[in-house]
Amino acid sequence: MIEVRLQAERFDPGAELARLEALGSGAVASFIGIVRGEGGLASLRLDHYPGMAERAMQAIADEAASRWPLLGLVLVHRHGTLAANERIVFVGTASRHRAAALEACAFLIDWAKAKAPFWKQETFHDGTTRWVEARAIDDAAAARW
Amino acid sequence: MLYFAWVREAIGRDGERVDVPADVTTIADLLDRLAAGSDDHARAFADRARLRAALDQEFVSLAVPIGQARELAIFPPVTGG
Repeated sequence: MIEVRLQAERFDPGAELARLEALGSGAVASFIGIVRGEGGLASLRLDHYPGMAERAMQAIADEAASRWPLLGLVLVHRHGTLAANERIVFVGTASRHRAAALEACAFLIDWAKAKAPFWKQETFHDGTTRWVEARAIDDAAAARW
Repeated sequence: MLYFAWVREAIGRDGERVDVPADVTTIADLLDRLAAGSDDHARAFADRARLRAALDQEFVSLAVPIGQARELAIFPPVTGG
């Protein structure tokens, strides 16, 4: 099961995990990215490149499936306007062994951050906005795979 | 052409149709040409180190020839996840 979804709606991590657990693999790993509400942040807008974003996410998922023996993989990324503490991204992996599940999960979020066309814009309580700058540390995290 | 994030805001639109001049080869050449013709484009394309590109929805460097591509997107380094 490889499932990639780009959506404006919220997702339910419990439901995603339950589907991965139902595969009976023996090991499930997950990552959830959440909007940080620090520094007076009012909301976060996720801009994306329609068409390419879906293709890039699918390519990243396919790469993970080719590198690790996964029985299941779920990659969900939201777009649109999100409030502080809302979930942005979900990565879940199922494998027979923990190392593959954990490594594939880390790979998926590292590559999703560095190789999928999304851009974050922060809006603060004082009304100002700011486009989030890419960080070299994220490129380095993606490059280690 | 498609623009995203602050590139879109600097240019003031999310995309435009551009007929690539015969003497333009690479993406960087095209950005130079567009910058020469408009202050908004010049501002958006001023710092090339802050720009990334996709040609027909594949990431490429600005030094790549445009060739027969139908869709060129210009945007800042990605910040999803």
